[in-house]
Amino acid sequence: MGAPEAALLELRQVRKIYGQGESEVRALAGVDLSIAAGEFVAAMGPSGSGKSTCMNILGCLDRPSSGAYLFRGVDATQLSLDQLALLRRHYLGFVFQGFNLLARTTALENVELPLIYRRMRAGERRERALRALRDVGLGGREHHTPGELSGGQQQRVAIARAIVTEPSLLLADEPTGNLDTARSVEIMNLLVELNRSRGITIVMVTHEPDIAAFARRTVVFRDGLIERDEAATGIYA
Amino acid sequence: MSSPLFMFGSTLLMAFREIKRNTMRSSLTTLGIVIGVASVIALVTLGEGATQKVTGEISGMGVNMLTVFPGAERRGPVSETASPFTMEDARAITREASAVMRAAPSSGRAALAVYANRNWNTTVTGTTNEYFEVRNIHVETGRVFSDVELTSAQPVCVIGNTVQQKLFGHQDPLGATIRLGRVSCLIIGTTVPKGQSTFGMDQDDFILIPLGAFQRRIAGNADVGAIAVSARDENLTTKAKQQIQALMRERRRIAPGQADDFAVRDTREILQTLQNVTGVLTALLGAVAAVSLLVGGIGIMNIMLVSVTERTREIGIRLAVGARAHEVLLQFLVEAVVLCVMGGLFGMLIGLGGAYGAGVVLKIPFAFRPQVVFIAVGFSALVGLAFGFFPARKAARLNPIEALRHE
Repeated sequence: MGAPEAALLELRQVRKIYGQGESEVRALAGVDLSIAAGEFVAAMGPSGSGKSTCMNILGCLDRPSSGAYLFRGVDATQLSLDQLALLRRHYLGFVFQGFNLLARTTALENVELPLIYRRMRAGERRERALRALRDVGLGGREHHTPGELSGGQQQRVAIARAIVTEPSLLLADEPTGNLDTARSVEIMNLLVELNRSRGITIVMVTHEPDIAAFARRTVVFRDGLIERDEAATGIYA
Repeated sequence: MSSPLFMFGSTLLMAFREIKRNTMRSSLTTLGIVIGVASVIALVTLGEGATQKVTGEISGMGVNMLTVFPGAERRGPVSETASPFTMEDARAITREASAVMRAAPSSGRAALAVYANRNWNTTVTGTTNEYFEVRNIHVETGRVFSDVELTSAQPVCVIGNTVQQKLFGHQDPLGATIRLGRVSCLIIGTTVPKGQSTFGMDQDDFILIPLGAFQRRIAGNADVGAIAVSARDENLTTKAKQQIQALMRERRRIAPGQADDFAVRDTREILQTLQNVTGVLTALLGAVAAVSLLVGGIGIMNIMLVSVTERTREIGIRLAVGARAHEVLLQFLVEAVVLCVMGGLFGMLIGLGGAYGAGVVLKIPFAFRPQVVFIAVGFSALVGLAFGFFPARKAARLNPIEALRHE
């Protein structure tokens, strides 16, 4: 790989403290992290290590107690809740462990959802949603509801929903946590493909080393700090 | 692209998708509104119909009709009895009051009518042929009085439908003779039935005979008890009333400043009073129904609140893909309003149907007013706004991380 490009996002001495006094919990204790555009990073660590909190801050769903989070050079900690929502709308995509699709809603309508918030016209919206579904290998299943799709297919719909807006950063929280091994490999190959062919930056939380091995860089959290940050020794290293 | 209109359009689209997605929840949510609007519309429409019915009946009596009575129009004990009218008073009214079309002098009293072995207690009224026109009475078979019968006070009579039924059943009464006290009276006509009035008064229970015959053979005096007057036009009743008052004061020699010793009553006044009464009743019933609309609104709020909890994850997803708090608020508010308006329209149909059905049973005309559409839609939208706001705000204030984790 070439030299890292300018950082897409950067955490500087980020702390996150929940609660007060005796019951105070330090979820993040001063994290420094820099991720360049086009990277595929796996965040690992035991539960309570701070990886999920870090993920929420990167996803602009939560704000740090102190420190700075620069996203494309802008300090997100200084933005209002509405501005954070707009940041998510225009630059971020999410994939969750539990898929988080709208029930009783067709795959097509699920994928269209972020585009509705982008105020895209119906025709273009539909076209882009259909293309995204084809890209994740679900062409022909546009009108199936989540209940009619397998777990792997549901996660593909979720990925289509995340990439339909062509985000700068895709955040995946245990994307294979609810899937069997074969399905997990399929989903990971899809993410790797999206990262390689489209240059979508991906940050993925996982606790399975097998899954983390698909990423090109692994960050390991422990007690609210980054314990290790290394290039993967896997097939893509 | 990001015009407010487009934003509203996409919110509306999402609202419809949500409503369609959960038909059961949506219909349960609106049930209260459906029932509330249905009852308001049904009661108001029925009330309107009842008013129309009453108005129609009184118009049937003649809205241009006035009645002149002797005696002051006052309540309580009357110390002096005012002198009755005369035939000449009636003639003077026709002649001199320009707003008056016809004036019919009349005198009546209760009497027992006997035919063969049947008898019937009714009212005998002595009058002239003008009476038929002023009171809107139409002859069904036979004829009205002839001039000779009127001038020579012959004992002939025209009977109302009730009297005919009671004394003759299905027999033809024409040409028969009935007895009224000591007077034998030849039946020369029957009248078209008018049915019961709104107050349950039988409008067909009467016997009419020439005024002269009544005065000479039954009453034994030349008094005229009342004068029924028709104005030339509905709008001239007030003028006719004034003219009659002036004329009668003059004829009865009432000094200026002294009170009338007679009264002119106007059917329009009665009509007005009745319309006020039915109007108040309609408003009261409507108010009761409006309470049910309020309860329906609270029901909406209740189910919306539950629905916000139930849809916490969905809200989390929307926030994650970039919905702003006020967009979530707007979506839930629009959903509530759309649901309520749909419920309102549906309730309106049920209400109108119910009013129609009840009208058939109660013999009340179906009084559809186009305004009810706007009232139904407007009120439902208002209820949706008012009671949808709190749940919508609750949805908008959810924390995205917690919402996404919600089971």
